[in-house]
Amino acid sequence: MNKPEYLVEVRDLKQHFPIKTGMFSTTPLKAVDGVSFTIKPGETLGLVGESGCGKTTVGRSLLRLYKPTGGQVFFEGEEVTDSNMTALRKKMQMVFQDPYSSLNPRMTVEDIIGEPLDVHKLYRGKKDRREKILNMMELVGLNAEHATRYAHEFSGGQRQRIGIARALAVNPKFIVCDEPVSALDVSIQAQVINMFEELKDKLGVAYLFIAHDLLVVHHIADRIAVMYLGKIVEVASADDLNNAPVHPYTLSLLSAIPIPDPHIAHSRQRIILEGDVPSPMNLPTGCSFRTRCSYATQRCAEECPSLTDRGDGHFVACFNK
Amino acid sequence: MQNEKAEFKKNILSSQIDLSKFELATEEEKKQQDVMSESTTFLRDGIKKLMKNPLAVGSLIVIILVLLLIVIAPMVVPYEYSEIIKVNGSRDRGAKNLAPFQYSEKELEFIAQGGEIFPHIMGTDAMSRDYFIRVVYGTRVSLLVGLFASAIVLVIGMFYGSVSGYAGGRADLIMMRIVDIIYSLPDMLIIILLSVVLDQVLSGNKSIIIAKLGTNMVSIFIVFGLLYWVGMARLVRGQILSIKENEYVLAAKAIGAKPGRILTKHILPNCLSVIIISTALQIPSAIFTESFLSFVGLGVQAPMPSLGSLANAAREGLQSYPFKLIFPATMICLIVLSFNLLGDGLRDAFDPKLRR
Ligand SMILES: Nc1ncnc2c1ncn2[C@@H]1O[C@H](COP(=O)(O)OP(=O)(O)O)[C@@H](O)[C@H]1O
Ligand code: SF4
Ligand SMILES: [Mg+2]
Repeated sequence: MNKPEYLVEVRDLKQHFPIKTGMFSTTPLKAVDGVSFTIKPGETLGLVGESGCGKTTVGRSLLRLYKPTGGQVFFEGEEVTDSNMTALRKKMQMVFQDPYSSLNPRMTVEDIIGEPLDVHKLYRGKKDRREKILNMMELVGLNAEHATRYAHEFSGGQRQRIGIARALAVNPKFIVCDEPVSALDVSIQAQVINMFEELKDKLGVAYLFIAHDLLVVHHIADRIAVMYLGKIVEVASADDLNNAPVHPYTLSLLSAIPIPDPHIAHSRQRIILEGDVPSPMNLPTGCSFRTRCSYATQRCAEECPSLTDRGDGHFVACFNK
Repeated sequence: MQNEKAEFKKNILSSQIDLSKFELATEEEKKQQDVMSESTTFLRDGIKKLMKNPLAVGSLIVIILVLLLIVIAPMVVPYEYSEIIKVNGSRDRGAKNLAPFQYSEKELEFIAQGGEIFPHIMGTDAMSRDYFIRVVYGTRVSLLVGLFASAIVLVIGMFYGSVSGYAGGRADLIMMRIVDIIYSLPDMLIIILLSVVLDQVLSGNKSIIIAKLGTNMVSIFIVFGLLYWVGMARLVRGQILSIKENEYVLAAKAIGAKPGRILTKHILPNCLSVIIISTALQIPSAIFTESFLSFVGLGVQAPMPSLGSLANAAREGLQSYPFKLIFPATMICLIVLSFNLLGDGLRDAFDPKLRR
């Protein structure tokens, strides 16, 4: 058997939530509507987009925390189903956005990090368990003396480290990081992001790194996917996306990044998007971005653009750019 | 090239933070970050708060005193709750309706002869039985009913509520409609009907436990089990629905934890405080209901007293012997009030919504 090229392959993933709109009627909320991407072993794919565009939902249905409405996910070439997911949870893990609500306030750090070990029975005896937990704490830079403390006694950055240690405890090959730093102070963000990079080099894990901030993603990702209203509109290598963005939405995102140098900032043209984001329960026909796009034409209202290769693995979903 | 890229990465981040302005933290500074406040657990924190509440502490002391009384008094007082007072080995039928600390003629005679008689602290009843020991036994029965009934309510309600809340969807819908139906029944009417019916059903069954407790008492437990769990089930379900939304539950799922583990390790411990509080408040309500049932003659069987049946018996001759109503009634008030105040204190100390 030859090794599959991709660690994770997502094909046409769909996640629609039924929302009650009347006594007996429901309307699907298309949080994720046909997303495809691949991640190689040890690679980091960044996923950016405004809040509410479905990034979290992609991560969660990928890990089957929600039951996907459609599409397939392959891990190491094997299709992920409900029946093999339990075993795969040892290989695919998640770090959550909110370091406060993602840790059980009634558990000690030791028990939080030890839970994946308990669930998958990954130790021989109490001593082995404790040793493994202390190793994990050291790996993420937590003081081992605090193993018996409760999570609520720690600061946000330390809590996020506990969450990371929990994800790493089973020695996974792939971690979904759902905006792991957006709830932290800026000074601590840098520390935690650097730690993610170190862990990647040390352990060779692959990340799906979700963020609403292009700067953070650019710092850590090899490739970046830009999402708008449940669809991926552009995928490219991190530098490509930064230097030669194509999709109108990506252009507007990049132009919104603050530049500290006033001269450059002055000469740059900011693209300000007009109008509001449409509701995912009532998407526009054709290209979802057309209500805010300055390049929109008749065709954009009739057809939905699909991702096409513009060379060098740079994919864009747009007719006119 | 590699270097250039690294430099570029730094630059891109530095539009937000200027990394060159940061210095590496020394080991000493890192240590400083590790210094944390005194470790307090949820329980210790709650107990500390409870101890600062004078009403709760007072009620706790009253409850402990009452418990001591009902354990120790029967050992010290030489009278039986079901027996006529004996003086020097023979029954003293003249010791009827004595006032507190009063002695009957026979007893006075006996004392004059140099004998010792234990005083009737609360007097005697119409059948020449020591009233104090009857009140003590009555308190025992009432407390026992309160605790048992609450335990039954707790077990059934918690199980039903957690299944309904965690399963969600259609199962939850059906289970909650059943609760609604039971909730809408007029409870006093059902209790009275059930105790009459159960009394007859159970009296055919001569097992030891039932014989000892009396059929009425057993039927009270069953009635509580059947009727009062619904409130607890609703409460538990509501708690579980809200706690289920926390990300740590999702995190446990991502780890691969099974539903049973998620429920017992993550969800229930986080609604425990609310459950404990409402159980503490359930006890006085059960005691009250038992007293009421005994008062209308559906409670425990004679000669076993309960506070309610004592109060009922005291209605005859209320004008001449008011103390016979005052003692059991005071006891009921004392117990119910203490448990209510303690429950309130527990809520103030442990309810996460009232913290901070
Ligand atoms: N469990 C859910 N049920 C219903 N709607 C949901 C659920 N989770 C997310 N949504 C909706 O899906 C959309 C995408 O949400 P989310 O994936 O959290 O976005 P992001 O993480 O990019 O901010 C939002 O409109 C949100 O309201
Ligand atoms: S397809 Fe049309 S509407 Fe959509 S981004 Fe391209 S130009 Fe704009
Ligand atoms: Mg999100």
